[in-house]
Amino acid sequence: MVAARGLTKRFGDFVAVDGIDFEVAPGESFGLLGPNGAGKSTTMRMVGAVSARSGGDLTVLGLDPDDHGPRIRAQLGVVPQEDNLDGELTARGNLVTYGRYFGIPRSVCAQRATELLEFAQLSERADAKVDELSGGMKRRLTIARALVNEPRLLMLDEPTTGLDPQARHILWDRLFRLKEQGTTLVVTTHFMDEAEQLCERLVVVDHGQIMAEGSPAELIRRYSSREVAELRFGTDRNEAAARVLAEVGDRLEILPDRVLVYASDGEAILEQVAARGLRPTTSLVRRSSLEDVFLRLTGRSLIE
Amino acid sequence: MSTTTLPDGAAPEAPVRRLGAWYVAEYRLRAMKAYGWTIVVGGLGSPLLYLLGLGMGLATFIDTPVASGPHGPVDYVVFVAPALLVTAAISVATEEFTYVIMEGFRWRKLFWGVNATPVEPSQLAGGIVIAVLVRMLFTTVAYAVLALAFGALGHPWTVLVLPFVGILGGLAFGLPLMAYSAGLTEDKGQFAIVQRFIFTPMFLFSGTFYPLSTLPGWLHWIGWVSPLWHATQLGRVISYGESEPGWLIAVHVVVLVGLIVGGWLAVRRRFTRRLRA
Ligand SMILES: Nc1ncnc2c1ncn2[C@@H]1O[C@H](COP(=O)(O)OP(=O)(O)O)[C@@H](O)[C@H]1O
Ligand SMILES: [Mg+2]
Repeated sequence: MVAARGLTKRFGDFVAVDGIDFEVAPGESFGLLGPNGAGKSTTMRMVGAVSARSGGDLTVLGLDPDDHGPRIRAQLGVVPQEDNLDGELTARGNLVTYGRYFGIPRSVCAQRATELLEFAQLSERADAKVDELSGGMKRRLTIARALVNEPRLLMLDEPTTGLDPQARHILWDRLFRLKEQGTTLVVTTHFMDEAEQLCERLVVVDHGQIMAEGSPAELIRRYSSREVAELRFGTDRNEAAARVLAEVGDRLEILPDRVLVYASDGEAILEQVAARGLRPTTSLVRRSSLEDVFLRLTGRSLIE
Repeated sequence: MSTTTLPDGAAPEAPVRRLGAWYVAEYRLRAMKAYGWTIVVGGLGSPLLYLLGLGMGLATFIDTPVASGPHGPVDYVVFVAPALLVTAAISVATEEFTYVIMEGFRWRKLFWGVNATPVEPSQLAGGIVIAVLVRMLFTTVAYAVLALAFGALGHPWTVLVLPFVGILGGLAFGLPLMAYSAGLTEDKGQFAIVQRFIFTPMFLFSGTFYPLSTLPGWLHWIGWVSPLWHATQLGRVISYGESEPGWLIAVHVVVLVGLIVGGWLAVRRRFTRRLRA
C-alpha cells in the first residue's frame, strides 16, 4: 500500500524527516511511534500526497504522489492531527459536504452519512451542530468523514491526543472494528499504550529517523526485559540509590523522579533492593512497555 | 494518459479533476446561506439608500452638471450610478476575500480538510472565486435593475452590461486582496486597515462622486491605481456615453484585466505554496 525508501523532508536547512524506509502491507495496521517533533505528521502529509518530498522514493497505492496526487487522495481517508470539521454544519452536513469533494453524488453521500454516523455512534447527534459536540465525538466524526469515500487506506495522525481515557477507549473500539473489517491503517502516536493497542507493526521514530521496527512484542523482547521495577527514593536520593543498585538486574535507567530496574523477574529485584538496605518510598513491578523501548533507544521518555 | 499503468481498483479521479472547483463553489454558496439575509438586505438596501439619497436628495443642490454624454448634460444620479454599482461589487470582495480566507486557512482550518481530498489548491481557490462571482452578480444585477427603475441609466439596455462591469471592478480589487489574505498567518487587524486606509480613500477619491479632474493633480494617482475608477469610467462610457478617448478606454480595460489575471496567478501560487508545504 505504501513503500518509502530514503524518504526525506527538509524545511530550509532543517531536516524534519531524515531518510526513512518503511512499507505498509494491505490489511495491516502500521504505526509511527515517536515524541513531538519526531516528523510523524510531516511523514503523514507526504504519504497523504499533500506535501512534496525533498528526497527518496515514495509510492502510495502503487502511485508516485508527485505525479498522481488527486488520484491517490481519492482513495485515502485522512484523520489529521488537528480536527478541521466545519463547526457550523451539523454532523451529517459535514459528512455530506466532504463526500462531495470526492465527486460522490449528494444522494449517495447522504446514505453513507447515515451508515457512518451509526458506525461512529453519533446517530443521535446527527443533526447537532459540530460546535456542540464533545472532543471525543468530534474525533469519531472526523474518522467517519475520512471513510466517506470508502478509502483503501486510512491514515490517523494522533487519533486520541487530547481525549479523556473513556473517549479514547470508545475510539479504539471503533478502530478495532475497522481493523477486523480488513481496513489498512497507518497510525501515528506518542502514546505507547495506543501503539500497543492499535499497531500490529510499528517503527519508532525520533528526530526524523527510524530507531527500530517490529511488532510491539518483538520490540519489547529485543530492547527491554520482561519486567521492570520502578523505585522512587525521593528526588535527591535516586542517584545515590542507583549507585548501590549498579549490579542489580539487567539494566538501570535513572530518571529525575525514579529509578527503573530491568529484569525478567521484578519481584526478585525488590527483594534484592531490600537486601541492600534500601527503602524506596514507593515501588512497583510492571511489564515492560514500548515506553521502555523508547527510553532504551533514545535515553529519553516519549512524553516530556 | 497513463491509465494502463494504474493498479487494480484504483478509483478514477476524473470527475473531481474537472469539477473540483464547482464542488467548492457549491459548498461556499451553501455556507453563504447562513448570512443570506445580510446579502439580500445589503444587496437591495444599499442601492435604494444611495440612489434615493444621492439622486433625489443631494442632486437637488447641484446646479452645475458634473457630466455630460453625447446629447448634453446628464443627471447627477446617472453620473454616480455606475460608480455605486462598482463599489457594491468591491464591497462584496472586501467581505468575501478577507475573513473567509483567514477562516479557511487559520481560524477554522476548513481548507486543510478540503486539501486532503482530490481537490487541488487552485481548484479550491477557483471555487471560492466562483461563489463570490455569484454573490457579486446578484448584487450588481440588483443595483442595475434598481438604477433602471430610478432612471439612473443613460440607456435602459445597459442594465444587461453594467453588472459585468461591476464584476470586473470587483475582481480587479478582490483577487489581489485574496492573494494578500492567503499570505497572512495571523490576524493583526490587517483587514480593518485595508478597509480604512485602502477601501475608504479609494471610494472617496476615485471620481466616485465628482469627476477625477476636479481633484487637485497630486491626488489623481489614487484614481489611476484604483480599479474602482477604471471600472466606473467604463461603466459611464457604457451607461450614458461619457466622452472618454479611445486610448483611455483601452487603459481601463488593460488595468482591470491585468489586476484580475495577476491577482489570480498570485492567488493560485499562494494557495498552492501554503497547502503543499
Ligand atoms: N511547514 C513547516 N515548516 C517548517 N518546519 C516544520 C514545518 N512542519 C513541521 N516542521 C518541523 O518539523 C519537525 C517535525 O514536525 P512534525 O512532523 O509535525 O512532528 P510530529 O508530528 O512527530 O510531532 C518539527 O520540528 C516541526 O517544527
Ligand atoms: Mg504531529
